[in-house]
Amino acid sequence: MSTLLDVRGLDAGYGDFQALFGVDLTVREGEVVAVIGANGAGKSTLLGAIAGLVEVRAGEILHRGEPITGLPAEAVVRRGIALVPEGRRLFPSLSVEENLRLAAALGRPGPWDLDAVYALFPVLRERRDIPATALSGGQQQMCAIARGLLTNPELLLLDEASLGLAPAVIREIYATVPRLREQGITLVVVEQDIGQALQVADRVCCLQEGRVTLEGRPAELGRERIREAYFGTAA
Amino acid sequence: MSEFLQILLSGVLLGGLLALYATGLSLVFGVMRIVNLAHGDLIVLAAYLILLLVEATGAGPGWWLLPVAVLMFALGWLYQRFVLERTLGLGLMPPLVVGFGLSIVLQNALLELFSADTRRVPAGGIETASLALGPLTVGVYPLLVFLAAVVLLVSLELVFARTDFGRRLRATADDPVTVRLVGVSPRSVYALAMGLSFAVCGVAGVLMGVWTNFAPSDGPIRLLWAFEAVIIGGLGSLWGTLVGGMVLGVAISVGGWIDPGLQMLFGHLAFVAVLAVRPQGLFPARGGAA
Repeated sequence: MSTLLDVRGLDAGYGDFQALFGVDLTVREGEVVAVIGANGAGKSTLLGAIAGLVEVRAGEILHRGEPITGLPAEAVVRRGIALVPEGRRLFPSLSVEENLRLAAALGRPGPWDLDAVYALFPVLRERRDIPATALSGGQQQMCAIARGLLTNPELLLLDEASLGLAPAVIREIYATVPRLREQGITLVVVEQDIGQALQVADRVCCLQEGRVTLEGRPAELGRERIREAYFGTAA
Repeated sequence: MSEFLQILLSGVLLGGLLALYATGLSLVFGVMRIVNLAHGDLIVLAAYLILLLVEATGAGPGWWLLPVAVLMFALGWLYQRFVLERTLGLGLMPPLVVGFGLSIVLQNALLELFSADTRRVPAGGIETASLALGPLTVGVYPLLVFLAAVVLLVSLELVFARTDFGRRLRATADDPVTVRLVGVSPRSVYALAMGLSFAVCGVAGVLMGVWTNFAPSDGPIRLLWAFEAVIIGGLGSLWGTLVGGMVLGVAISVGGWIDPGLQMLFGHLAFVAVLAVRPQGLFPARGGAA
């Protein structure tokens, strides 16, 4: 498998606050990588930096070997890297379908069009004319993922997709991951919920206070080491 | 009774022009949360542009309406891209001060070029023609302006509701960070919105220049009417802005009927009355752009 994304020695943050310190992350084509860590570990900052929303202070980000460090978000998405942001961030003035059309208007070629995302999440078709923020939390998450897919990404960055959702809804959303892989999409999934992350991931990367503390295949690492890396010291 | 109806009617028609003053202001505020203090001066600038063009070519102002709107669009785009964009992210005050500065520059430039004399754009008699409508008389020109205002507002509403550009505009107004994730550059949306606002100022200025006398210092009062129409109608609603313009127009017209010196006062009183009773305006928006 060839390397799709290579993050090397990344420092990033907001204003006076530095959230990431020398983070390395390699994502190979076709795999699912879970980035786990406690609240404030820098997971969302890492995704934001890759997507071009968060300022990078040092280090570099390579997409298929080409540097994309410092590229603005609107250019990064054109390269096929889509971020589904934490908290969904749907546009409240737009209906469900308008949120989706906005992303489709980017015009990146690929398998995802309105029909394809409606087939993935049929409830969105039923509710396409209501304001996006009138959807339930789980449906909003589906809409946010669909919006990301409509930019026809090869790499989808999924930030805290399970946040605030009921377990059944979380399972429903994660059940789509295999279908995204079938379409050739590589995923980086940020989760606080370790169990969910380990189930779908080929590899896991654990962040703690802005540094990578553990990285590898879940089966090889074992639950105990992951738990340790997550919480810092062995409980 | 018919005298009163006559006054109401002329007030309503005046409301079309006032709504045009307000539309661009409301658009820019809706998308960028910026109040353009030079808005009124841009309307006056467009009136002088059309005056120059009509005097230089002898063609009627109708021929120049579209070119002036296009030219104003270009000016608005350039102004946003090369001037106002530098104030992005610096808070509320810098864009306000830049607008104020532009207002002073425009007023003084117009004063240098055209003197303080009041001017009016000649339109070959259409401005004084009238139609009999039962017991009422309707000015042909005010009626045309009102229809133009309605057509423009309907078109803008359709553009905002139905097109890719409209969706980009509303989404950017909602969340200028997240739009970047779907490939929309807020800066280019802002430049187009400012261009559109300037273009509507262009149309308003051309129509105003034929309707009434104007002088280089007339911008600020246009800005004030625009503000009042937007607030009366309720922020964020184009139809509200039209109704706001009509409320102001009727108040001005009634004031003028009692005594010509009371026109302005009655307009402002209507504004204060609406603010006192319904501070959110008559038709506050669902929270979208424009």
